[in-house]
Amino acid sequence: MAKRVGIEVSIAVAEAVRLADVDVVPAYPITPQTHIVEHLSEFVANGELDAEFIPVESEHAAMSCCCGSSAAGARTFTSSSSQGLSLMSEILYHPGPMRLPIVMVVANRALAAPISIWNDHQDIMVQRDIGWIQTFAENGQDAFDLTLHAFRVAEDRRVSLPMIVNIDGFTLSHVIEPIEILSKEEVGRFLPPFKPRFRLDTKKPISIGPVGVPEVYTEAKVAHNEALKASKRVIVQAWKEFANLFGRQYNPVETYRSEDAEVILVTMGSISETAMTAVDAMRDAGQKVGLVRIRLWRPFPGPEFKKAIGKAGVLAVIDRCLPPGAVCGPVGAELRSLFYKVPGAPKIFSFVAGLGGRDVTVDRFKEIVEKARTYAKRRPVENYEVIGVREQ
Amino acid sequence: MIPEFEKFKGFSAKNLPKDEPLASGHRACQGCGEVLALRMVMKALGREVIVCNATGCMEIITTPFPQTAWNVPWIHVAFENAAAVASGVEAGRKVLMRKGRIPKRHIDILAVGGDGATGDIGLQWISGAFERGHDLLYVCLDNEAYMNTGIQRSGCTPYGAMTTTSPPGKESFGQVTWKKNIPAIMAAHGIPYVATASPAYYLDLMNKVKKAALVKGPAYVHIYSPCPTGWGSAGDKSVEYARLAVETKVFPLYEVIEGRYIISRKITKPKPVSDYLKGQRRFRHLTDEQISYIQNRVDTEYEKIVKLAEMS
Ligand SMILES: Cc1ncc(C[n+]2csc(CCOP(=O)(O)OP(=O)(O)O)c2C)c(N)n1
Ligand code: SF4
Repeated sequence: MAKRVGIEVSIAVAEAVRLADVDVVPAYPITPQTHIVEHLSEFVANGELDAEFIPVESEHAAMSCCCGSSAAGARTFTSSSSQGLSLMSEILYHPGPMRLPIVMVVANRALAAPISIWNDHQDIMVQRDIGWIQTFAENGQDAFDLTLHAFRVAEDRRVSLPMIVNIDGFTLSHVIEPIEILSKEEVGRFLPPFKPRFRLDTKKPISIGPVGVPEVYTEAKVAHNEALKASKRVIVQAWKEFANLFGRQYNPVETYRSEDAEVILVTMGSISETAMTAVDAMRDAGQKVGLVRIRLWRPFPGPEFKKAIGKAGVLAVIDRCLPPGAVCGPVGAELRSLFYKVPGAPKIFSFVAGLGGRDVTVDRFKEIVEKARTYAKRRPVENYEVIGVREQ
Repeated sequence: MIPEFEKFKGFSAKNLPKDEPLASGHRACQGCGEVLALRMVMKALGREVIVCNATGCMEIITTPFPQTAWNVPWIHVAFENAAAVASGVEAGRKVLMRKGRIPKRHIDILAVGGDGATGDIGLQWISGAFERGHDLLYVCLDNEAYMNTGIQRSGCTPYGAMTTTSPPGKESFGQVTWKKNIPAIMAAHGIPYVATASPAYYLDLMNKVKKAALVKGPAYVHIYSPCPTGWGSAGDKSVEYARLAVETKVFPLYEVIEGRYIISRKITKPKPVSDYLKGQRRFRHLTDEQISYIQNRVDTEYEKIVKLAEMS
């Protein structure tokens, strides 16, 4: 039976990985991801998890090891963050087209310089196009549930793709929350054992990762893209099944008091919880404000997003990433391109907030909504705006 | 002594395996010493092996999709990380066997890369794998430059050699550094087995590879691999150069078994280094003075190995 316990979110993630009976965990520490891999190595040391914990010499090696163990047919997990994720970057592009269902939890953190261990989404936005399925957790329960969901989806033979669960560093990874931890039997009902589509086996030799000559490279890329897009059906189906079994429903795009909203805030990750509080406060003050949270970032759920915003005329999109020299924040840009030349499209305003651990408070959300309302009447000078910059 | 070696009788001209785990029809240049060495490696290992290949000539010439020259399971991920990929394969198989999800059966894990993949960019990944003690075999096919990208220098390029990034000119005589001693770096990890080999001594090569595979834990074999394209040497001379490199003491053959150095072929009547240098376009520009510097240094380096062997 599921048990609700007060537990640090990182430990809950490690619990999910243990309950998934993972086979191989190559890992390299980086704040704020450390607690996850520390707990996994403890489980292995105590005999609570029968797995190979591989203390590699770098994140690049961690992901390389993951490729090897996944190709050998083993259920494979790792976790990283920020500079570590960047060091992995070269290898992150491999498991997608190679169809290796590795699962990774990323404790999102800012990128240097200046060095910062605190939360924002710059690390994962750099890796936007690596071709993994990507979800975002809002709270500890999400982090636990989505980790189990990731194994289920990634390893589904119709999918066979790597998957990242994003959890905000510190603001999520290091807080203690009441989380319902599923029992082994319950997890067993949701997550079948990993039966790989193919594996490195001398009884049936195959070559994985050959050269893509110009005659086949495009086709390989298209096949990967198609597989990623098609995975959405399985992602949603697995969430439905999860809801049937355990009562918690997840969706590619989720809404909060958005039905009749004029202005909609768009968020990803843990700031969505503060955003809900802000929406309540603004609703109490008689403002028609709602919230749309993007849970599934890749593949991007376009139709679901369009449906979710209803008839709202104004979207205030919050990015926790400042791409230097770009026209707009990455989520803002994604949505502007989604609505490009769509009749009756909402006005989209892009805001950057919460960089390097700066809090995004209820008041900040109010400020953003106010600005969005003003800009809807009088076009803003800039394509996006960084919120809460101190003047001196 | 390593117990696994006792069972192994060794290959001889009479019992050479006929099977070719690396099939012909690949796209290597004529006279390629790397592919010749790799073919012998695979003959020695047989088909119960999983190959993790680094990016480089051997990966490119064997797998232009949809073709593959590999009759054994093979994976390539990137340039520098073959050892880490192999670590993952080894760990994955180990845990799956322990959990009873795949049959308990020993399969060799071979990681293979060029001198660039091994001695330069990949050193960290190999070091990590060796430190962790994975049961795998790493083979370096050393053609003394980055051939796949068009003959640039590597840390294994010999002193004085011309490459596209160590060109001789008014201010330069080619590669200015001495060849990096990769086998010594590998041996410094304290792994059970390190060896150097050459395709000119094919039985020695195959026996060393087989021994490396028999060893429990990490093992390393550094194979000298002539490259007519990169060296500017005749395609039919590769085996000859491979032999000359040994006979001139340029590339000594030895084993390091549990830290003990054993010279496989003592060179008592060495040929002059100039015999080896001449005929290779990459050394054509060298002056007599430079050649005599190389001769001295080669002798000194060889003496070091002899001393190490005597001390063992
Ligand atoms: C990270 C990275 N840097 C550079 C390259 C380009 N590259 C591919 S193969 C190669 C040289 C390979 O040389 P070596 O390992 O000596 O093998 P060879 O081709 O000579 O057999 C280089 C530089 C790459 N693929 N990846
Ligand atoms: S360039 Fe050299 S190493 Fe590469 S295939 Fe040709 S001969 Fe072999």
